[in-house]
Amino acid sequence: MSAYPDDRRYTRSHEWIRVDGDVATIGISDHAQKELGEIVFVELPDTGEIFDAGQEFGTIESVKAVSEVFLPVAGEILETNKVLADEPGAVNEDPHGDGWLVKIKLTSDAEVDALMTAVAYEKFVEEEAKA
Amino acid sequence: MRYIPNSPDERAALLAAVGASSVDDLFATVPRAVYHREAPPLPPPASEIEVRRDFGALAARDASLSEWTSFLGGGLYSHHSPAFVSQLLLRGEFLTAYTPYQPEVSQGTLTAVYEFQTHIALLTGQDIANASMYEGASAFVEAVLMAERLTKKKTKVVVSQGIHPEYLLCLRTYLANFPFTIVEIPLGEDGATDAAALAAAVDDATFAVALQSPNAFGVVESWDGLAAAAHAKNALAIGVVNEMFSLAVLQPPGARGVDIACGEAASFGVPPSFGGPLVGFLACRDAFKRQIPGRLVGKTVDADGSPAFCLTLSTREQHIRREKATSNICTNQGLFALAATMTLSALGKQGLRETAMQCLAKTEYLKAGVKSLTGPFSLAFSGKTFNEFALRCGPGVEAVLARAEEKKILAGVPFARLDPLGAGHRDLLLVAVTERVPRAGLDGLLDVLRSF
Amino acid sequence: MTDHGTLTEGPLVRADARLDRRRRFGSLFDAARSGRTGVHLPTLDVPPADPAALYGDAHRTEVAGEIEANEVDVVRHFTRLSQMNFAIDTALYSLGSCTMKHNPRINEEIARLAGFNDTHPYAPVHLSQGNLELMWRLEQALKALTGFARVTLQPSAGANGELTGALMIRAAHVKAGNPRKNVLVPDSAHGTNPATAHFAGYDVVELASNAHGTLDLAELASKLNEDVAALMITVPNTLGVFEERILDIAKMVHDKGAYLYLDGANFNAFVGKVRPADMGVDVMHMNLHKTFSTPHGGGGPGAGPVGVAPALVPFLPVPTIENDRGIFRFDVDRPDTIGKMRTFYGNFGVLVRALTYIVSYGNRIHEVAENAVLNANYIRKKLEPFYHLKYTAPSYHEVVFDDKKQAALGLHNIDVAKRLMDFGFHPPTMSFPLIVPGALMIEPTESEPREELDAFIDAMIAIAKECETAPEIVHGAPHTTPVRRLDEAGAAREASRPGSFAPVLRAPVR
Repeated sequence: MSAYPDDRRYTRSHEWIRVDGDVATIGISDHAQKELGEIVFVELPDTGEIFDAGQEFGTIESVKAVSEVFLPVAGEILETNKVLADEPGAVNEDPHGDGWLVKIKLTSDAEVDALMTAVAYEKFVEEEAKA
Repeated sequence: MRYIPNSPDERAALLAAVGASSVDDLFATVPRAVYHREAPPLPPPASEIEVRRDFGALAARDASLSEWTSFLGGGLYSHHSPAFVSQLLLRGEFLTAYTPYQPEVSQGTLTAVYEFQTHIALLTGQDIANASMYEGASAFVEAVLMAERLTKKKTKVVVSQGIHPEYLLCLRTYLANFPFTIVEIPLGEDGATDAAALAAAVDDATFAVALQSPNAFGVVESWDGLAAAAHAKNALAIGVVNEMFSLAVLQPPGARGVDIACGEAASFGVPPSFGGPLVGFLACRDAFKRQIPGRLVGKTVDADGSPAFCLTLSTREQHIRREKATSNICTNQGLFALAATMTLSALGKQGLRETAMQCLAKTEYLKAGVKSLTGPFSLAFSGKTFNEFALRCGPGVEAVLARAEEKKILAGVPFARLDPLGAGHRDLLLVAVTERVPRAGLDGLLDVLRSF
Repeated sequence: MTDHGTLTEGPLVRADARLDRRRRFGSLFDAARSGRTGVHLPTLDVPPADPAALYGDAHRTEVAGEIEANEVDVVRHFTRLSQMNFAIDTALYSLGSCTMKHNPRINEEIARLAGFNDTHPYAPVHLSQGNLELMWRLEQALKALTGFARVTLQPSAGANGELTGALMIRAAHVKAGNPRKNVLVPDSAHGTNPATAHFAGYDVVELASNAHGTLDLAELASKLNEDVAALMITVPNTLGVFEERILDIAKMVHDKGAYLYLDGANFNAFVGKVRPADMGVDVMHMNLHKTFSTPHGGGGPGAGPVGVAPALVPFLPVPTIENDRGIFRFDVDRPDTIGKMRTFYGNFGVLVRALTYIVSYGNRIHEVAENAVLNANYIRKKLEPFYHLKYTAPSYHEVVFDDKKQAALGLHNIDVAKRLMDFGFHPPTMSFPLIVPGALMIEPTESEPREELDAFIDAMIAIAKECETAPEIVHGAPHTTPVRRLDEAGAAREASRPGSFAPVLRAPVR
């Protein structure tokens, strides 16, 4: 049993992606939000913008740090999480649920399967901590 | 040396404690080829007695505004500063602190900066203002760069030639390596920016349109026209002000649709000090706050729930965002933002208005006097002014300055001083009047003009 | 009427915060006052003007929301505020990289002479000869200390000096036919360096430091090519470590036709001991508010003069100040100039203070560097058993410890820093260098006496021990400052929210 939900995949830059048909929801992992500390601002793209896999699509800010977030797979932005404009702390409180960042329309199916499973990601985080 | 407390014996003890046999040991990793053991090529140390004598002699060779009747302006105006301001600025707790990174031991500075932000926002009619910029010209450049970031992928900035020429030269200097075009709009007959030419120059590629009011010739410009021209093409309107007392009698840019206000706030208790340090400002709409350059102070609470202030929105700044920062500014004008805050606090609503009214009345008196002259002088422009106007000098600007000097009057600033690399307006003298000049001074200048 | 609420029963040693005048403070905009003013002007001696008639609908009748206070209100308010600041005049101010040294008061007296302070930049040049000579003399002194061909005094602060230097470098490359693309910056650099390179139109290429925290020459060689406009370095670097191979570095940079930029923020470590031009440096800014003791003023003003090698002299900003056999003048006739960095000639009042300081030290100014380095090494020696030192190369003017030992106990650099306030000292710098996570960057400067160094050391050792014995006290610090630890995240969240400007970023209009 992993500390991370197994209904989705994870990236080495600590984003998660959950696919539902040709729409995917993207957020950051619980590990990532802990590393960032109290999140004070989330900057997200406009709907309709198109990004390649691995491209920066937004930033997450704590008081004294800025982190870029990268799209795990290519896609077009369908929706952004409007709640975060007033309550960026939702990313801290529920990173895998209400603290999601964007929903995208997938342009290719294959990429998602290449990402880490929950079990693999947990192991990755443990190894990163040792390094 | 009087600023190094440790005596030679004490230094020897410290050296022994760190295990060094001499000071040279501490510099062992400096390449020997460049390491100097001998004293630097400067004279021997000067005592305070010698310093006072030496620097006193230098200062005596300058025309102090306290001894002359001054009509000097041109972007820097000499107003009354309450006596307590210079005295409180000398308190070590203000003078010898630094940027308030640690709010628990910096509430004094932080509270004052919050007040500075409030004063500037109220004066300019904007939602927010930052904790200060270096001075007017770099504040103007920062405003233009900010407007570019706020409007995506546009390349052109339209500026009035009524903006202080040094501000425009700074803009060209800072923008030299960006792919932006600067379009300058000339002034009309009345000395205000040609409104039709301004509107015509703004196109879809334009990210900012900028005016100064009162402009470099003293003429009051129209914020409404600026905002309309800019917004017609989704560009941002930038309003430059460098005589802040004008905002006590003239509508502020923020109330007339101008998006970003910037300029010089040295009129509030900052000594002219040969042109620096001054205190620049930048104010804007709330919606633009994430792109504002420089520091911002915000209100919050401490662990006990008591109200307190701290630096905020710091992720915009260079120490966090590095090459993606909104500006490279770090140290700003803290102490003189404090001087302006103290002065504004004492002036308050009444003092601001009364000072501005005196400036205006004295200027109108002097202008009326010029108009009544029969000699070779005239007002260069018909536009309305606040406390400065351009005087066209038939006998030449230098002749006027020289004759006034005999009466211990600094008659004004030749426009050529603002624009030494330009060629125009060589017969114009900018004459500025503040509450520091009594009627006798105004009459003295009129007498000088009458003598031609 | 004040709402006194429910007061604590029994005798009060410390007065209730709501009743203690020393603790009840806020913005001057908070209190309701009306009809008061703090200035009194002479009676108007000309006919009054009628702004409503003159300006029509552009007339403004009042600045709504402005303060209405008397001089007494204002003097007390700002005096109370001052009492809530920590300052160099109070005690050792360990904020590394900021060179918080004593600010001599003769400098303040001289800068306030009416012949300097109350002079206008557009006064006729023949009536400003004292000012021009002062600037000329400061340039000569800085040339003597740096070995450069010329020094511009115009830049307003260090970062503005960096930009001036970067723009001159770019202008020189443009003149030579190719502006080039990149500026190399070590990963230990201060944040202004990459920000400056960006605003000069360059892409930033970061250089990874070696195991000693200094420049890795192999890394430099691999990234140095004909696209590189300049290398920006800091000596000693932000770790307080001198680049031992500086002469090789300069040669490598020059061999590719690039310029060597030196961030002079740490000039205090070698002023009078090494002339930067001798090391092959082409451009360097000097922070007069650091090395030359001009007061930091709660965040400025500074001044950032820039010295240049002969090749860059044509590109200096205008005007320069020239001495024609004792008659001083401004020179604007410089066809290759980058232009202007600001209005007028620079932060003149800061220049006055800096020259006063240099003249006061004269040919003993190297003692500044010697004592600054000695004091830092003394602190390093005494604190090394208690705090982890990631980079152990010899320290110059500052030493950068980190919180590795304390982190193992669940405490971090910020906790140590906040606890230090309870001992009466200003905390070290923590936000950089980025290559030392949990940094505690300590710079005592030359102006600390031995007993002050010892008191600081004792406090740091006591805190290291508290981290083991009473971690909750350290974690909850500070306990004795005018306010407790702040909710900075709350401020940033609230300030970020659209439309939140009042009262977060300014007082609301009453």
